Amino acid sequence: MESIQKKAHTKSSQAIKKHRPFWRTMKQQKYLYLMSVPFVLWVFVFNYLPLWGWTMAFQNFRPGRTFLEQEWVGLEHFIQLFQDERFHLVLRNTLAMSIMGLIIGFAIPILFAVFLNEIRVQAFRRTVQTVSYLPHFVSWVVVAGIVTKMLSIDGGIVNDALVGIGLVNEPVQFMTKGEWFWVIVTLSDLWKEMGWNSIIFLAAMAGIDTQLYEAAKVDGASRLKQIWHITLPGIRPTILVVLILSIGHLITIGFEKQFLLGNPTVVDYSEVLDLYALNYGIGLGRFSYGTAIGIFNSLVSIILLFLANGIFKRYTNQSVM
Amino acid sequence: MNKSKGLDDRIFDWLNYTFLTLVLIVTLYPFLNVLAISLNESTDTVRGGITIFPREFTLENYKAIFEYDNLVTGFINSTLRTIIGTVLGVFSSAMVAFTLSRADFQGRKVISTLLVLTLYFSGGLIPGYMLMRDLHLIDTFWVYVLPGMVNAFNIIIVRSFMDGLPYALQESAKIDGANDFAIFWRVILPLCTPVLATIALFVAVGQWNSWFDTYLYNSSNPSLTTLQYELMKILQNTTMGSTDANAYRGTQAQEAAASVSPESIKMAISMVTIIPILIVYPFLQRFFVQGMTLGAVKS
Repeated sequence: MESIQKKAHTKSSQAIKKHRPFWRTMKQQKYLYLMSVPFVLWVFVFNYLPLWGWTMAFQNFRPGRTFLEQEWVGLEHFIQLFQDERFHLVLRNTLAMSIMGLIIGFAIPILFAVFLNEIRVQAFRRTVQTVSYLPHFVSWVVVAGIVTKMLSIDGGIVNDALVGIGLVNEPVQFMTKGEWFWVIVTLSDLWKEMGWNSIIFLAAMAGIDTQLYEAAKVDGASRLKQIWHITLPGIRPTILVVLILSIGHLITIGFEKQFLLGNPTVVDYSEVLDLYALNYGIGLGRFSYGTAIGIFNSLVSIILLFLANGIFKRYTNQSVM
Repeated sequence: MNKSKGLDDRIFDWLNYTFLTLVLIVTLYPFLNVLAISLNESTDTVRGGITIFPREFTLENYKAIFEYDNLVTGFINSTLRTIIGTVLGVFSSAMVAFTLSRADFQGRKVISTLLVLTLYFSGGLIPGYMLMRDLHLIDTFWVYVLPGMVNAFNIIIVRSFMDGLPYALQESAKIDGANDFAIFWRVILPLCTPVLATIALFVAVGQWNSWFDTYLYNSSNPSLTTLQYELMKILQNTTMGSTDANAYRGTQAQEAAASVSPESIKMAISMVTIIPILIVYPFLQRFFVQGMTLGAVKS
């Protein structure tokens, strides 16, 4: 009897001992908890709670009904989605603009950084940098206005220049030509973000050992050879990480540019998944259908991210996630 | 042999300077053009041919937009959301980042995982909208500042900066009997000015430039309008580069348009939204380059 009691006693004291450090540390760190937990709850509400809303895609969601009163329909909205011709068109637009954006928006900033890195006149270099970061801070609303103005048929610089050098006989109405829309979006994005996206590559280049360049110069390597054999290999890890992350964001290209640059005449080329979800979900009040589109969008981007990361891992034994 | 290499390099340099000068022009010209048009007499602008200098200088366009009530309200709301959003955003990021930079904090792993995950997914447009509805944030000013207040990306940037500060600083304060909040407030925060300036810039620019939340949540309430949203409405009404004042009739900006052409109005509003950014930009440039690099390397 006594031994059992003793045993129980030691057991419980062991349990206390095992837990005590945690609670004691927690008490000691109460300020740290107070300073972080409220914000974690905040994130939970605004970032995690919307995930609960994904259940809407499997219901015929009606506002005002409780969760249990909703009518469950399984995958019906997804089936309807995949059968919708409009969806295929929208998916094509989304992928086309993402891939164009990925290739151009990824390659050109590297090139820009490489060229900038070769400039020895510091004042010129700084001027170009300062100016090239500027459009990043200007809103898409203003950029869309600027692009529209530059491409306009009355007094737009692009048309003036094209007519001036005789490439076209009369001004082109770029903004009403669907086939131009993808190009306009891609180039506007490039104009806005090229400088900004080059920052990370310039930083990586600053970390390359200058002795490598000295040695190359002694060996008589030209500037182009130095770029090819020293600069580009030197920033290879950075290039790979940026590439993986861009692939992960491939399909979540947003809709701001498309919304602001688009107009009814080019809608067959400008509508992307998010806008499609917005039009159906909120415009027409079909919340469930809109949510299904959103889920599809998220799933594709997660799959792409994992795929890219997997390929990356295989070739470099590193992971970005 | 050597001579030809020297020539290669000279050609390269020449091409390089040409290319970068072109970049410079292509980036700057649109801004200068907008500025020139906004300062040019409106009926004269319609004749075309304005490049980077106004032909008939006037401030009438600017006067006209400030007679337009919605724009004034928009300007006030944009300013308010920028100030409130930035203060809340910077303060909360700094505080969370501090707790995560403490290696001894036992909640660190769980909390940082929960935060980092938010960078990779989002609930999407419709669930987000339903949440705002359920929280009764629609048709309020708070929908501008509360949802994005705690931002994982900013926290990562601040945290990696704090990781670089010597822990000894905190230890000596602890020996003096300071609690963790006091250490954060009095010891760490003052040292973080550069990184706080960086994220303040990011948050402020994000706030100043938003229009979609106004469009989605508050478009039916003119007293909650924002500058970017008003500009967006005007642009949408006059797309395709039309300078036709008729495209403008029936819009809320009609009154302003009566005296000044929509083209000039657009350009003047665009300048009003760009100028505040231009003012703070040179002061913060060295900080944001630093911050971007830090954040990018860590994430």
